[in-house]
Amino acid sequence: MAALTTVRCSRGLLNCLKVSFQTSTLAKHRAPAVARSNFLLQSRCYSLGHLTVQERIEKKRSAALVGGGQQRIDAQHKRGKLTARERIELLLDHDSFVEYDMFVEHRCSDFGMQADHNKFPGDSVVTGQGRINGRLVYVFSQDFTVFGGSLSGAHAQKICKIMDQAMMVGAPVIGLNDSGGARIQEGVESLAGYADIFLRNVMASGVVPQISLIMGPCAGGAVYSPALTDFTFMVKDTSYLFITGPDVVKSVTNEDVTQEELGGAKTHTAVSGVAHKAFENDIDALLNLREFFNFLPLSNKDASPVMECHDPSDRLVPGLDTVVPFESTKAYDMLDIVQSIVDEREFFEIMPNYAKNIVVGFARMNGRTVGIVGNQPKVASGCLDINSSVKGARFVRFCDAFNIPIITFVDVPGFLPGTSQEYGGIIRHGAKLLYAFAEATVPKITVITRKAYGGAYDVMSSKHLRGDVNYAWPSAEVAVMGAKGAVQIIFRGKSNQAEAEAEYVEKFANPFPAAVRGFVDDIIQPSTTRKRICRDLEVLASKKQSNPWKKHANIPL
Amino acid sequence: MAAYRVSPALQRVLHAVKHASLKSRCCVVIGRAQYSTAYDHNEKTFDKILIANRGEIACRVMKTCKLMGIKTVAVHSDVDASAVHVKMADEAVCVGPAPTNKSYLNMDAIMEAIRQTGAQAVHPGYGFLSENKEFARRLAAENVTFIGPDTHAIQAMGDKIESKLIAKAAKVNTIPGFDGVVKDVEEAVKISNEIGYPVMIKASAGGGGKGMRIAWNDDETREGFRLSSQEAASSFGDDRLLIEKFVDNPRHIEIQVLADKHGNALWLNERECSIQRRNQKVVEEAPSMFLDPETRRAMGEQAVALAKAVQYSSAGTVEFLVDSKKNFYFLEMNTRLQVEHPITECITGLDLVQQMIRVAKGYPLSHKQEDIPINGWAIESRVYAEDPYKSFGLPSIGRLSQYQEPLNLPNVRVDSGIEEGSDISIYYDPMISKLVTYGKTREEALKRMEAALDNYVIRGVTHNIPLLREIIVNPRFISGNITTNFLPEVYPEGFKGHPLTAPEQRELLAAGASLYLAAQLRSQKFLGDLRVSSAHQERKHWELCVELDSGVHMVGVSRSGSTYTVEVDGEKVEVSGDWNLASALLNVTVNGTHRTLQCLSRSASGELSLQYLGTTFKLRVLSKLAAALSKHMPEKVPEDTSSILRSPMPGSVVAVSVKPGDTVAEGQEICVIEAMKMQNSMTAAKTAKVKSVHCKAGETVGEGDLLVELE
Repeated sequence: MAALTTVRCSRGLLNCLKVSFQTSTLAKHRAPAVARSNFLLQSRCYSLGHLTVQERIEKKRSAALVGGGQQRIDAQHKRGKLTARERIELLLDHDSFVEYDMFVEHRCSDFGMQADHNKFPGDSVVTGQGRINGRLVYVFSQDFTVFGGSLSGAHAQKICKIMDQAMMVGAPVIGLNDSGGARIQEGVESLAGYADIFLRNVMASGVVPQISLIMGPCAGGAVYSPALTDFTFMVKDTSYLFITGPDVVKSVTNEDVTQEELGGAKTHTAVSGVAHKAFENDIDALLNLREFFNFLPLSNKDASPVMECHDPSDRLVPGLDTVVPFESTKAYDMLDIVQSIVDEREFFEIMPNYAKNIVVGFARMNGRTVGIVGNQPKVASGCLDINSSVKGARFVRFCDAFNIPIITFVDVPGFLPGTSQEYGGIIRHGAKLLYAFAEATVPKITVITRKAYGGAYDVMSSKHLRGDVNYAWPSAEVAVMGAKGAVQIIFRGKSNQAEAEAEYVEKFANPFPAAVRGFVDDIIQPSTTRKRICRDLEVLASKKQSNPWKKHANIPL
Repeated sequence: MAAYRVSPALQRVLHAVKHASLKSRCCVVIGRAQYSTAYDHNEKTFDKILIANRGEIACRVMKTCKLMGIKTVAVHSDVDASAVHVKMADEAVCVGPAPTNKSYLNMDAIMEAIRQTGAQAVHPGYGFLSENKEFARRLAAENVTFIGPDTHAIQAMGDKIESKLIAKAAKVNTIPGFDGVVKDVEEAVKISNEIGYPVMIKASAGGGGKGMRIAWNDDETREGFRLSSQEAASSFGDDRLLIEKFVDNPRHIEIQVLADKHGNALWLNERECSIQRRNQKVVEEAPSMFLDPETRRAMGEQAVALAKAVQYSSAGTVEFLVDSKKNFYFLEMNTRLQVEHPITECITGLDLVQQMIRVAKGYPLSHKQEDIPINGWAIESRVYAEDPYKSFGLPSIGRLSQYQEPLNLPNVRVDSGIEEGSDISIYYDPMISKLVTYGKTREEALKRMEAALDNYVIRGVTHNIPLLREIIVNPRFISGNITTNFLPEVYPEGFKGHPLTAPEQRELLAAGASLYLAAQLRSQKFLGDLRVSSAHQERKHWELCVELDSGVHMVGVSRSGSTYTVEVDGEKVEVSGDWNLASALLNVTVNGTHRTLQCLSRSASGELSLQYLGTTFKLRVLSKLAAALSKHMPEKVPEDTSSILRSPMPGSVVAVSVKPGDTVAEGQEICVIEAMKMQNSMTAAKTAKVKSVHCKAGETVGEGDLLVELE
């Protein structure tokens, strides 16, 4: 705690310095020539050695701008990667970046680190704030050209500073990760730096959106910062995330594995579910991040953003009347439904390659950001399993934390049976999705397109979990299970199963049992779905609902 | 499952749904009619007609039935249960599962549907059972009227060998060839050599280009014989083939005839159908630029003579090949309503379906030959779900995620049987619609076709609009100098899309840059959000970089209101529009000229896919900074495609001719894929050993599926 206080104090000091530097630069630009020469004269009075302060400022500034030097910049480019500053320039609005801590240097004096040639103004990270489409964002961008982007005490301190301010003013934090890991020369100070960041990641969680874009290596303890943020994106072929690299893996488990297989973008977006999306290259990633940012509110105190929209909110979608096939065993693509309902068919899918039996992502309805959750009948019949439950739960919780209404499209045959699921803890993991939907207090609209069977019906934002508006399409079947299974239980041993099945279908394989009980609010014509949802969102915009006071809830992790 | 959904209350829901969409469809249909013939409601006709077909032609027939006050019955396969023709009909009966031989060709089921619904007559449309004499016979046996010629005429004209003999006897000009069925491959080679190459091998029972192959040498004769007989067997259940001289540089011109049961017959002028690919028509027009009144009359009179020779009644088409000296040869007679009949209806004002129904009911023709006019000019483009970049069109499938017909334009007729949300499946013909435009002159009709194609929104399946749009603006086509070899002659390397001229390219780049900026500016417009920087000022000038193919163009853009002035390649281009980013159509004015573009996709990383002059162009718009930095981005290596064979289209595997370990020569057949009733031979791209085979006969494959890997 004492250490933290020290850090805070020194940060305050640095802040003052920064302010004074900024005013002096301003003065330089605006003051008339006479005043300017006075200023130079004055500063000369305080100069040390043969350089004036002004000259030293300029020197440090230009040194900071080239990071580890041209040679390392060229090497970075050769790897297909941009430099920390180029990335910030692409990410933020033109000329909007305000840099902090350009003069911070590392404080290590061991292993010859104190030598002048080992000091880089700003150290191995560029931090500051700026704008994306006019909206405030805090950014840090690790500089691989300075000591491989390794994390020193100073590096961590710079990141912590912007995170603290981001929380105070309520603005998102974007981290552009490109770091070899801890600054080994600094030992425990580097580890302390990681922990300081982790703590802030946790404190900021649910307060401001936090996004990590992995644009190079990120290994060891460093991986836990992205893991704690709301979204982790990766760049294909040039980014890696792992606890230990292939060499250590080989020595411990004798496995032969490449960096790409162990922790590349493909692994984390399709197998582990650690990353939420991967992009082709640095430019593609940063431009997409700009677009993604527009979906997010700045903080938990801001409403979800509303953008100018050209798509009429009362647009009918005739194609939806035929999208659900007549045979209830036949698959269709839930994305067809999602894309045709949302504004301009624009859907920013989160985790498109992981647990594909559930679809989650952001879209807009009449300009307002909404979170979409949908079972995907095209993959594993759209069942809920461990991975899809966790994927869905985390997304729902993000939306709830940041005032983003949730629209749920339900076509779920149930939870996936089997030993691998039971042994893997489907009960515990399935409960997460149930928990997330139940605790959410944002507007919740649910559309049952076809099957809503068993416990999975309850889970998928049902009326019973405080769904605000629950619709069924005429093709909806809300029941405990499919006809065949149900008949085998109800009429066990009876000979005329076919007749019993027909009776069951007549009774349950339709939206009426749920509708007569008020568990769905209306049976709607599919083509009117967009119109209805837009209207409901307008009504629900002023929704206020709160959960009982608690220190924090205890989700079944 | 259909049977499951019979609870009365649920049916009410479904009925309401169905009823609502039906209503809107009817209005559209009526809005499309362009006939001058009157519908005399006092003239007694059938009460109820069953339409033994699907898709656009079923809808087309029902449209006239509705105008005549006749109730309609649709038949459908299970996958077509919610198809447009089913919704349009007063009653619908499911006649079997998706494959055509189990549903639309299933005579037992269709006969049962007729009995069940009490339909008095059957309109067969084209294809399926339209020229099946057995079907006509069974209908006659049950006292149901077949709306078409009688069995005798179908039989006589349906058999290419017999029809040729009858034509000869009726003094109709015929092509030299072998008047008989070819027994086997070796006989085919022998006959081909006797007639002299090139020869045409075709199915005796065939039509519509199916089971038809041209051979220029003995090897091609062997291959063609084999493929044609397989196709003939699967399409018509009859693998008999015949061979005839192939007329080089021919035009395909056909005469529409209309005859009644009282010995009257008329010719309703010609249709020029020379623009074909693989012997299937693509663009048709009426009249033909090539025919003078004398030739037209001569052809018309021979066509009528042939119709009379077989006591033809109903509408029919006599196809001729016309050489450059206006010699014409009888090709075949189609004893049904032809796909391209709408263009004849446009220039004559006759509703051919109405005439067929009247004739079938036994009425004499109400027109005389001198009543048949040529009013104006009509063009028909067959819009297909197929990829025109692959051999002028290989079928594609998918769901029509967005679909909008250009019916807002004047003198446009669209005959279609699909709507937004419909599936184009591997089971049926991949035709999306027939787009017909009509004008006082050919030039006017062509201009309207251009606009109609630009305004046609089809998303979710690959379509051939790029090719259609290119054909109708091609100088050779405009001059009327066309033959059935038009496509291979104009595009010897295959169709590559619209070649941009320098001003067109500037226009496209400017439109792309403007659209990019319009989208960028909009993404800064937050409504009611007070936390947007007040210092944030809207810029007035931008430096952008637009990539098109491999070219990189630096452009400067300045904006005033909704007009962007783009400086591209040293020239100023002014682009203005309403920049509605939700609309499928992008109407802009470029340097004073109105253009309709379509933005097919727009990504955050600056990629734009724009349909311009029919062709889809991929652009990438980047800020100057991003463009400068993109040189550092690593190049992604595409996979080597010469050693893998992927299915170019969805379909089913008919035969696999290799197994792992075999050595194949370049061009050697590896397997055969059948899609939409066409058999496509897949060949090796290089000489190599077969590494692995990933398909087997009878399997269904999707587009891009791996079939065979070579070493």
